[in-house]
Amino acid sequence: MSAAMVLDNPWLRGLVIGGGVLGVVLGIVAYAIWFERKFTGLMHQRPGPNVVGWAGLLQPIADVLKLFQKDDRLPAAVDRPLFVLAPVLMLAATMMALAVVPWGWGVVVADLHIGVLFALSITSLAAIPIWMAGWASNNKYALLGGMRAAAQAISYEVPLLLSVTVPVVLAGSFRLGDIVAAQAGGRWFALWPPGPGFFAFVLFYLSSLAEANRIPFDIPEAESELVGGITTEYGGMKFALFYLGEYLHTVVASAIASAAFLGGSDMGPLGDGLHWMLLKTLLLTASVIFVRWSWLRLRADQLMALCWTVFVPGGLVLVMASALWVHLT
Amino acid sequence: MPLPVPRPFQRPARGATRHVEVGGVRVPYELVVDPWPDPYLDLDAYDPDADLMPINWGPQHPSTHGVLRVKLFMDGEVCVKAVPYLGYLHRGVEKLCEKLSYAQVTPIVDKNDYVSPMMNELAINMAFEKLLGVEPPPRAQVIRTIFAEMQRVASHLLWLGTWAMDAGGALGGGATLFMYCFREREMILDLFEEVTGARFHYNTHTVGGNRHDLPGGWEEKAIRVLDHIESRLPEYEDFLRDNDIFLVRTRGVGRLDPLLAMEIGVSGPSLRASGVDHDRRRDAPYAAYDRVEVKVPVRDAGDALARYEVRMDEMRESIRIARELLQDVPAGPITALKPVKMPKAIKVATGRSAYVGIESPRGELGTFVIAQNERKTAHLPYRLKIRPPSFHAMALLPYLAPGATLSDIVVIAGSLDPILGEVDR
Repeated sequence: MSAAMVLDNPWLRGLVIGGGVLGVVLGIVAYAIWFERKFTGLMHQRPGPNVVGWAGLLQPIADVLKLFQKDDRLPAAVDRPLFVLAPVLMLAATMMALAVVPWGWGVVVADLHIGVLFALSITSLAAIPIWMAGWASNNKYALLGGMRAAAQAISYEVPLLLSVTVPVVLAGSFRLGDIVAAQAGGRWFALWPPGPGFFAFVLFYLSSLAEANRIPFDIPEAESELVGGITTEYGGMKFALFYLGEYLHTVVASAIASAAFLGGSDMGPLGDGLHWMLLKTLLLTASVIFVRWSWLRLRADQLMALCWTVFVPGGLVLVMASALWVHLT
Repeated sequence: MPLPVPRPFQRPARGATRHVEVGGVRVPYELVVDPWPDPYLDLDAYDPDADLMPINWGPQHPSTHGVLRVKLFMDGEVCVKAVPYLGYLHRGVEKLCEKLSYAQVTPIVDKNDYVSPMMNELAINMAFEKLLGVEPPPRAQVIRTIFAEMQRVASHLLWLGTWAMDAGGALGGGATLFMYCFREREMILDLFEEVTGARFHYNTHTVGGNRHDLPGGWEEKAIRVLDHIESRLPEYEDFLRDNDIFLVRTRGVGRLDPLLAMEIGVSGPSLRASGVDHDRRRDAPYAAYDRVEVKVPVRDAGDALARYEVRMDEMRESIRIARELLQDVPAGPITALKPVKMPKAIKVATGRSAYVGIESPRGELGTFVIAQNERKTAHLPYRLKIRPPSFHAMALLPYLAPGATLSDIVVIAGSLDPILGEVDR
């Protein structure tokens, strides 16, 4: 069976490319955690992980092995089915969004014609498992965290969708492949047209931070107030799945931002290819990590105020501005 | 039945100026609130259906600065009533001191305010000196003052780091500042280690002077370290003061009525941030504070941000005082009372009592000591009472917490800088 036959069969194609993308992205996530710890060490003037392997490079593997060995305990008073299902669903919801990310020409699991909508709706489904975890834990801190998470995810859906509407309007398509193609030759939407594209990129970036529960918007977890928020009662591999989900969400959001605003695999005069897309995704992920370790956390009501008084009106203005641009050119 | 709250300070009439004089103290008018929140709120009447969610905030909670437990009655995210429960770190220090001779007490009280042990030693030994009528020699006085000011810088650095962790999370920007603060605090601990051999529980003050003399070249080294720390302070200001998220999290949060603060006995930076110009170093100079000019930073805003600003200014001021004293440490003996002479000196004290208060990084740290009446047991104190500033600051929580969200309560409690070791003793 030749390679062409594999790629022609949609089932085999999904299996091969999907498995490859998932493997690579999970590897990226594991080493994003290593990078985060090493980078934080640099910021804090301490060594970071340096025992397992050269420069601690095998630390993620050791961590995963340790988490697998942990006793899988259920606290006595939890709602068992919901408690067990929540971390799995959370991870699954974010993983499914990977399907529509165009990594390079042809390297996409399923280039849906509503790719952007699919990615956003499927990642926002993660709010449900988080609320499930908060409710099922039967813990007051987890309940508060779950309530905050639900409110936050629902609110930040709106500016996220508005910001991503700007490249959709400019490219005239919901398909992420078409959006990348419209930016060919260095005409990235973050740079051209000047104004709406760039601000939409910033809006998307900030809203994604909130959707992925990263500092400064990580109020559902808020370990200094809610102990661990939704993850208070979780331990071992279930806890790890939550963290995997959070990091995966960051990587997926970075990938979608790269594709929708930064030209995807295109690098202007330097040609295009898979490596550029990966580089942009990694740089955006690294910037998220930098933000995390240098900012403080907002309060829940301030977070909501920021969303409804700044982000949503701003997003509406940006959508209208981009529509005007398309109408005029 | 709610207990009546005594109010000797009456709300003043609005004058032309921003400041009004109440009971001989000048306070900012804007901060005076009437009435104060009711800490003894009757929950059966307020909430007959028991809809409020009680949360036991602590004793095992990342941001209670130890083992404080506060029972919060929450209406959603907003607190209605807060009841602090103390005693999780009670070690019976005061009772223990009644079984130890005056010279043996110092290492025990080191563990009270474990963030600034030098202050505990200073407070307790000054009380004993007053009791026994001993005056430490000038060199010991200056060394004590230098230690106290360096300890204040170290204590405020630790407070800044842990408070940033409260506001920004142990896994976020707060942790970064925490590391920076500990990096600088480490240098001061190294200096103390060089003098006393211990990094934390020094046992260097004694009745009538100091145990350890400064090693050669220590003064220059200390000045270099203080210069370095002063050059690093703008870095923290960049990190916090210029950070919008920090400002929205602290501005207007935990506004403290100066009259309420004085009523409860709060002192130190928390009181000065509410506009009351009070500092024992300047108002009742002890040790070598009469040799230097002490400028007292005061803010009128009374919120968490003001308390942060006061502590940052205090750090600069402490560095200046310590540097000024380090440049001219008088020569001479470091103790006025050799341990051998103690039994004789103690006999004088029978039947006397003494109170001494010093300005610790958290406020007025007082020691009240009563000597034995019988000469047979004259080497033991009859009663020793420690007045910890954090204890009074914790009494503020039931007033400041109602109306605040859980996130704000974390910031408010942190801004009062409680050390549970001295709250519970």
